[in-house]
Amino acid sequence: MDIEKIKQELKHYDGPEMNIMEVCGSHTEAVAKYGIPSLLSPKLHLLSGPGCPVCVTASSYIDRLIALSLEKNTCVVTFGDLIRVPGSRKSLSEAKGEGARVEMVYSPLDLLSLAQKEPETLFVFAAVGFETTTPVYAVLLEEIIERHVENIKLLTSIKTMPEVIDHLMANGAPIDAFLAPGHVSVVTGSRVYEKPALKYGIPFAVSGFKAEELLAALYGIVLHRGQGVVKNYYPSVVTENGNEKAKKAVEKYFQTSDAVWRGMGKVAGSGKLLREEYRKFDAGSEGLEKDEKLNPACRCDEVLMGKRKPGQCPLFGKVCSPAHPQGACMVSSEGSCFSYFVNKRKD
Amino acid sequence: MDWNSGTVTMAHGSGGSATEELIHGIFAEAFGNDTLNRMEDAAVVSYDALVAGRECGEHRGNNVIPDQGSGSCGRLALTTDSFVVTPLEFRGGDIGRLAVCGTVNDLLMRGAVPKLLTCGWIIEEGTKLSLLKRVAESMAETAKEAGIQIVAGDTKVIEGKSGGVYINTTGIGHVPAGVDIAAGNAEEGDVILVSGTMGNHHAAILSERMSIENDIKSDVAPLVEMVSKLRGLPVHTLRDVTRGGLATVCKELALASKKTFLIRDHLIPVDMQVRDFCGLLGLDPLYMGNEGKLVCIAKREGAEEVLAAMKASGYGEKAAIIGEVTVEKPGALFVETEIGGRREADVLQGEGLPRIC
Repeated sequence: MDIEKIKQELKHYDGPEMNIMEVCGSHTEAVAKYGIPSLLSPKLHLLSGPGCPVCVTASSYIDRLIALSLEKNTCVVTFGDLIRVPGSRKSLSEAKGEGARVEMVYSPLDLLSLAQKEPETLFVFAAVGFETTTPVYAVLLEEIIERHVENIKLLTSIKTMPEVIDHLMANGAPIDAFLAPGHVSVVTGSRVYEKPALKYGIPFAVSGFKAEELLAALYGIVLHRGQGVVKNYYPSVVTENGNEKAKKAVEKYFQTSDAVWRGMGKVAGSGKLLREEYRKFDAGSEGLEKDEKLNPACRCDEVLMGKRKPGQCPLFGKVCSPAHPQGACMVSSEGSCFSYFVNKRKD
Repeated sequence: MDWNSGTVTMAHGSGGSATEELIHGIFAEAFGNDTLNRMEDAAVVSYDALVAGRECGEHRGNNVIPDQGSGSCGRLALTTDSFVVTPLEFRGGDIGRLAVCGTVNDLLMRGAVPKLLTCGWIIEEGTKLSLLKRVAESMAETAKEAGIQIVAGDTKVIEGKSGGVYINTTGIGHVPAGVDIAAGNAEEGDVILVSGTMGNHHAAILSERMSIENDIKSDVAPLVEMVSKLRGLPVHTLRDVTRGGLATVCKELALASKKTFLIRDHLIPVDMQVRDFCGLLGLDPLYMGNEGKLVCIAKREGAEEVLAAMKASGYGEKAAIIGEVTVEKPGALFVETEIGGRREADVLQGEGLPRIC
């Protein structure tokens, strides 16, 4: 069907109201960037779920990074947006202003040259991410071992998508369909959504990141409302079984564990930790379960679960803004609250 | 912001909302006056305000023959800017060229003709003399291109290990009589133009820092020729698109003029390589800095002429009309997307950091 026809169908949809959740931060960003909500019928609601990796790190994880960054001869290395995520009291960015050593890299492999230049410094990499990023950490470990690098450790906060999707549905999140994450699905394959689709009788549509791809997937969701099916609208890169090589690399270094998602608590089997035999590369990731809010009124948890829109949080746009985030969702450009704030979304 | 126990973070230097908070909370608070409070790219003051009793026009004996036209002798434009870029030399330019262009362009954005420049250098111990020489030569060459003279300078050497060089430049220009170009001048029905592709400088610098191989070059350039060609045309506002990018600039102009700015995503020129680079890192070209591009708000009647003048100038061949000024919602910036969607946009928030995945 051509895109104009799809746009018409979505704009004039008049069936039962539908809550469609995207669980990929890049989708949240793209939805806002292309103005997708303005193209949908008022009966179709987009919810932004726990798809932004930095948004779901427990506060104790950030606190541990800050503590490490203040230790002598230690440097914490992160990706861009993690640096501003608040822990229980402050963020890495603020700690840096107070003398902590924090460096940003764009690829974990940049870490190797940093470590080589300063052999007396311990570099702790903040390994945060979902299925998409974990294989990169496996490659990094491979390099560390091969090159006998002694001064790199990982502090991991690695999470997996299918388990948290099940958690959301089992805990009463008001969701009628999922826009399944494109990048994650490249690794996992689309088949992982079959179980939750059948169990909860709702459609999953794997989508790419272009405006047309998003609209096609949303239209697919509308067409399959109430059906427990998985539809792949991103077949150019997503297969049924995913990337076996990447999955094997992850399997070699990491084992499944429980994980604490910010505001949502512990979700069984939704995380990864380094395997026993590689634990010497770990900077203390186990047991970081404490999760305190910087501001007790923050409703990030309910926002992540689709139970509340960002604008319905009492802090939103008042004390909580991207310049002064009270919760992690307001930090990253992929965070739900950030997306609603900067695009002044009212949907 | 916690003024008692807070500290400065990198976000305060991004050119977005945190920068604004810092400037308003500390500097405007301390220095505030009518000229500064306008928060324009350059301060514009009348010569009369500088020299008591000075009258405009031609002095003949004891008599002053007033200027023709507006009856004024024009005004003085003054601005200052500091440059801290790493690396010091990058594809398409270096800190010397940047230090001239940044200040010259700020003067031009008030309709001024740049006249004089001063430069202050803070040089870290260990800096290679050959590098300093190259940067100074590049600076001289750019000043020549911009038609501005470097008339005073200062050097300070500080301890340091990375061989950094920081340059401050201050520029003086002359605003000819009758010229009124300011941030708040946009009117309903005006057309929004940009002088070329967005994001090149920012993408070039990031590529260098990340050791990514590509052909993206900085667009750093003095826009003297372009602004001189615009003289006499119905231009209400000029603003160079630097830190914070096009969206930040448009939002600021919408606020200053209390009008609505509507820009169309698919009309905004972005080089294919820059677009791909941004896609890869999760950056938005609308929020990427440039150093040789301007936004122009012009009366609709005459907009084609303005566009032609830009295209005929050096650094303006990819100029385009990208939107219009309305009164739908005062102070708002709307972006219309290629697919026909619409969103409201704000100034850059945070540091514009590459995303995680």
